[in-house]
Amino acid sequence: MKTRNVAMYGMLIALAFILSYIESIIPIPVPIPGIKIGLANLVVVTALFLMGPKQAFMMSMIRIVLVGFTFGNLSTMIFSFGGGLLSWLIMTIAKRWNKFSVTGVSILGGISHNAGQILIAMWVVNSGVLIYYLPFLIISGLVTGAVIGIAGGLIINNLKKIELFRP
Amino acid sequence: MIKKNDLILAGTVLIVALAAVLFITFTKKEGAEVVVTVDGEVYKTMPLDKDATLTLGDKQGNYNVVEVKGGEVTMTEANCRDQICVNHKAIHYNHESIVCLPHKVTVEIRDGEEGDIDIMAN
Repeated sequence: MKTRNVAMYGMLIALAFILSYIESIIPIPVPIPGIKIGLANLVVVTALFLMGPKQAFMMSMIRIVLVGFTFGNLSTMIFSFGGGLLSWLIMTIAKRWNKFSVTGVSILGGISHNAGQILIAMWVVNSGVLIYYLPFLIISGLVTGAVIGIAGGLIINNLKKIELFRP
Repeated sequence: MIKKNDLILAGTVLIVALAAVLFITFTKKEGAEVVVTVDGEVYKTMPLDKDATLTLGDKQGNYNVVEVKGGEVTMTEANCRDQICVNHKAIHYNHESIVCLPHKVTVEIRDGEEGDIDIMAN
């Protein structure tokens, strides 16, 4: 792995980490477990389109582990993993399919992230009743995914011009 | 950059999800009992028409307080970090729930009839 890439990955992971922290401070007045803005996904989506699925996966997982150990614990990390894994998988497939723009891929990423988290929650707590949150989480994932996707698109177009981000 | 397919995706998802939300909203029924589960096991079932307070605690010092009052259920207190359960509105309709994920506690309104929809069949 080139040194230049290592430094860039480190910088992006740190950015994702800080975005996670910032979003944890912003209170969302909706009492649904798992509802979030998904700011860190901005980095994952950008990495996915600028560099590729492997890099996006690596950054997403490392970010989850770092945030989990810093601000949470092992049991809360499992929810993030569930959401992050499903989200990465769906986004990689969607990107490969080539029918959506960054926005569309990010929408799918947001929806699957929230869906993944509630599915893990249902498994952990062993209760089917949580499924009733799913429609709200899907709408939330759609909206946040769209916003992140639009922002991501702008960022990607501009970063493409910088040689540093073309490993 | 937004492509046509993005809009089709967003529109379709939105319609389906909103339909689900409307369905849930308009088929709401008053519940009859509240079921408290801890870590997947039913801990206690209480009728909605009788005021009561239930305190749950475990060996690690986690605690939750569930209160039935005036036909509604709230989580009045918990020592979890996110407090999502405590801030939740009072529930009283069938299938509504308050969940404390860090403590693996669920508080669910049921109508007391057997054979209710349960995704996780035990």
